[in-house]
Amino acid sequence: MSYQGKFRVWRGDDSGGGLEDFTVEVNEGEVVLDIIHRLQATQAPDLAVRWNCKAGKCGSCSAEVNGRPRLLCMTRMSIFEEAETITVTPMRTFPIIRDLVTDVSFNYTKAREVPSFQPPKDLAPGEYRMQQVDVERSQEFRKCIECFLCQNTCHVVRDHEENKEAFSGPRFLMRVAELEMHPLDTADRVDQAQDDHGLGYCNITKCCSEVCPEHIHITDNALIPMKERVADRKYDPIVWLGNKLFRRS
Amino acid sequence: MARAQIAARTLRTDRWWLPPLTTFAGLLLISIYAAFRTFQGDFYWVDQYHYLTPMYSPCLSEECVPAASHFGQPLPALPGFLTPPVVIIPFLLGFRITCYYYRKAYYRAAWASPPACAVAEPHAKYTGETRFPLIAQNLHRYFFYAASILLCVNIYDTVLAFGTGLGLGNLILLVNVSLLAAYTLSCHSCRHIAGGRLKHFSKHPVRYWMWTQVSKLNNRHMQLAWASLIFVCLTDLYVALVASETISDLRFIN
Ligand code: SF4
Ligand code: SF4
Ligand code: FES
Ligand code: FES
Repeated sequence: MSYQGKFRVWRGDDSGGGLEDFTVEVNEGEVVLDIIHRLQATQAPDLAVRWNCKAGKCGSCSAEVNGRPRLLCMTRMSIFEEAETITVTPMRTFPIIRDLVTDVSFNYTKAREVPSFQPPKDLAPGEYRMQQVDVERSQEFRKCIECFLCQNTCHVVRDHEENKEAFSGPRFLMRVAELEMHPLDTADRVDQAQDDHGLGYCNITKCCSEVCPEHIHITDNALIPMKERVADRKYDPIVWLGNKLFRRS
Repeated sequence: MARAQIAARTLRTDRWWLPPLTTFAGLLLISIYAAFRTFQGDFYWVDQYHYLTPMYSPCLSEECVPAASHFGQPLPALPGFLTPPVVIIPFLLGFRITCYYYRKAYYRAAWASPPACAVAEPHAKYTGETRFPLIAQNLHRYFFYAASILLCVNIYDTVLAFGTGLGLGNLILLVNVSLLAAYTLSCHSCRHIAGGRLKHFSKHPVRYWMWTQVSKLNNRHMQLAWASLIFVCLTDLYVALVASETISDLRFIN
């Protein structure tokens, strides 16, 4: 079964652009990326789109479909009505290169700002021993495919360009949490999260968790636990007293 | 380099405004009811069956009905329009206001920050929880401690009420404290204190077990937040209706 679907696709570059209307064939079982490819093949050979795996694993095809941040390759056409006009736009938060392709280097900058894994000094590579229960929490965060949909959706930077300097975004606060929870990491990540990565900007409104294609509980399992660690350190005298009395770590 | 020029505040086509609107209406309605009951200063104690509404527990000042003050009356009568709950409400309200779930709910619904995902917020500046007053959200921990004590008081009241027999009111009080307990235990701070703050679960098997249990409840934190909030109001309403003799308690024993 196929039908002629109505699409509006953003076209342009950093000097300007707008939504262009197209009517394209849609076949059963297709995803939005298939339609974009058909557009390239039939009507707009110079339409720019970034993609690689078409399996929801490379994180390249992030964009916004009907205003919702999604992977183009994982958005089935069957979730839309046949009569519906489907709007496809690039991610809003990052500078535009062309059409659906944005420059996501903000994320690479932020990634570099997270100090890398720091094992104990006396432990050589190959000598690392860990219990499964101790690494389980960080393993959830390793499912991340770096699609940056969470970074794109987070209102802290999406609606306030000026916060990009101070705020690393959910993906990289989660990276800090991953290392903080790692049984062999010795670096002190708690103050870093608050002071260097802007954890305090997050108001736990959970849009990052809502859009994550890997369904990582970013807010519940990474951001809130980090906020609690900051509260331990900075705002809880009972924990402070307990640590003084029993010298726990 | 500039962002793509898209003028629309959002291109979402679904009814994204419905959840924040519902949340706002729900919170407003409950606040109005709670404020009315707080300042009514009456119908909080059913002497015959020893039902005490959770909104007035513990009743610590001298204007309380003496039998309702299970922990004595250490405080003098409150001046003016103040009623007994004003002593405990700052803690209960503080607990809910600084709760991670309610924060999400009212930041979205009342402050539109953001109103929904990928819908631009109307504010020109945003500093989140980095400075006063919102930095005080970090005090949630204390409110959790305080609310846990108040929960124990509510459990005590509920157990005492069974001394007079068994009625529908007893069951309502029981469901109420169960929901409150589940909500309090499912708190993110509780999850952290129970075990989340540890780096090596393998060295603390008991706390690891506690953490896994609290984590299960924590998955339902939003649902428990609403269920317990609504049920506290219903419990209070039932006690108020029985206390004012508008209805009579359905008794099973005595
Ligand atoms: S929960 Fe925090 S990090 Fe995630 S989208 Fe909301 S504000 Fe951003
Ligand atoms: S956390 Fe989820 S949404 Fe964010 S970059 Fe990773 S996979 Fe994408
Ligand atoms: S193309 Fe790889 S995630 Fe969509
Ligand atoms: S997080 Fe909701 S009560 Fe603590």
